[in-house]
Amino acid sequence: MTRRVVCYINQFFAGMGGEEQAHVPPSARPGTVGPAMQVQSLLGEEAVVVGTVICGDSYFGEHLEEARAECVRLIGEFKPDLLVAGPAFNAGRYGVACGDICSAVTEKLGIPSITGMYRENPGVELYSPKTFIVKTSDSARGMKDALGAISALAVKILKGTPLGAAEDEGYFPRGIRKNFFHETNGAKRAVDMLLRKLAGKPFSTEYEMPVFKRIPPAEPVKDLKNATIALVSSGGIVPRGNPDHIRVSSAESYGVYDISSLDDLTPENFESIHGGYDRVWANEDPDTVLPLDIMREMEREGVFGKLYDNVFTTTGTGTAVAHAERFGQEIGERLKKDGVDAVILTST
Amino acid sequence: MVREIENSAGIPVVQIATIVPIMLTVGANRIVPGVAIPHPVGDPSRGAEGDRAVRRELLERALRAIQTPVEEQTIFTS
Repeated sequence: MTRRVVCYINQFFAGMGGEEQAHVPPSARPGTVGPAMQVQSLLGEEAVVVGTVICGDSYFGEHLEEARAECVRLIGEFKPDLLVAGPAFNAGRYGVACGDICSAVTEKLGIPSITGMYRENPGVELYSPKTFIVKTSDSARGMKDALGAISALAVKILKGTPLGAAEDEGYFPRGIRKNFFHETNGAKRAVDMLLRKLAGKPFSTEYEMPVFKRIPPAEPVKDLKNATIALVSSGGIVPRGNPDHIRVSSAESYGVYDISSLDDLTPENFESIHGGYDRVWANEDPDTVLPLDIMREMEREGVFGKLYDNVFTTTGTGTAVAHAERFGQEIGERLKKDGVDAVILTST
Repeated sequence: MVREIENSAGIPVVQIATIVPIMLTVGANRIVPGVAIPHPVGDPSRGAEGDRAVRRELLERALRAIQTPVEEQTIFTS
């Protein structure tokens, strides 16, 4: 029986255009478009690419819920056995779109999905546990290799061939551990690993430990009475109307807002646009997330020197670590330049 | 974000939020546990005055945190 494959690509690879067409909503075309043609030729007799679903990267990012639902519907209409998305290489929005659609299709349609990304694509961290993400180079120059690896994995999955470890198959680990009987026992393997380590030879652990970055704590504030304190928040508190269009989730930007003439945040001047918590209380009184009122009160009482004139805010839900780190670096540099002494950062 | 601000500015950053394990994971060095996820620095159920009092206490604690020398990630519970 010939298996059915659907491909998902963005407006660029569909030949519709670049950024100026990134707003196009999802659409479906029968058969192959763009890289899907090469996927078909690599799959050969094993499967037929029955359709290609296309969506603009900005549209997907800005209308996550609708775009996801519509793409899943369009893909489902082709009654596929497997979805191939991208590859997205190091394109952030495209990577998130590919990962999101793959995860949603696997969850809702119950079929396997494969995409491909460069290791630093934020989509890897977000979606690698939920779909197969084949390792690719950072740009479309690596298209040939990427499609080869994706198609090879697709054939294996469609045929039901048991998969080896993620490292051997060329995709990012999904966080799944499979039990199997090893020919040598744990004690011997551990000693072998130790000997290799002592000899300076490469070895690979059988149990990855998570790596969290740590930094040494900064020196405390010595003279609070003369200190300038800044407020920062990932709680999604923005001026009413969200003038900078910060995303409700998966934010890729933050806002800088002058509060030098404000003593209090109220539903008239600020609101919460955060997509990850119930906004009822924050919208009744934004100070419960971004505490301007009491900071102003303490400033006036002389508890500390001065409240910095700007607040920095973003939404911390689904935000890629790489973006959050960039926000932090940019905000930190600005605060340093402006002589700020300490930060109070609130998160929801 | 909290870690990178502290790192690039070289100034203490105190984070107030409710899920302490997340603050530990992201690398916050000075941590003040907040009231609730949707209102970390306030408690609307206590009325306007109570809400402000809760906020004041948390912020005073945050100011103590930034004046306190710490060697490792530290949770300021009081």
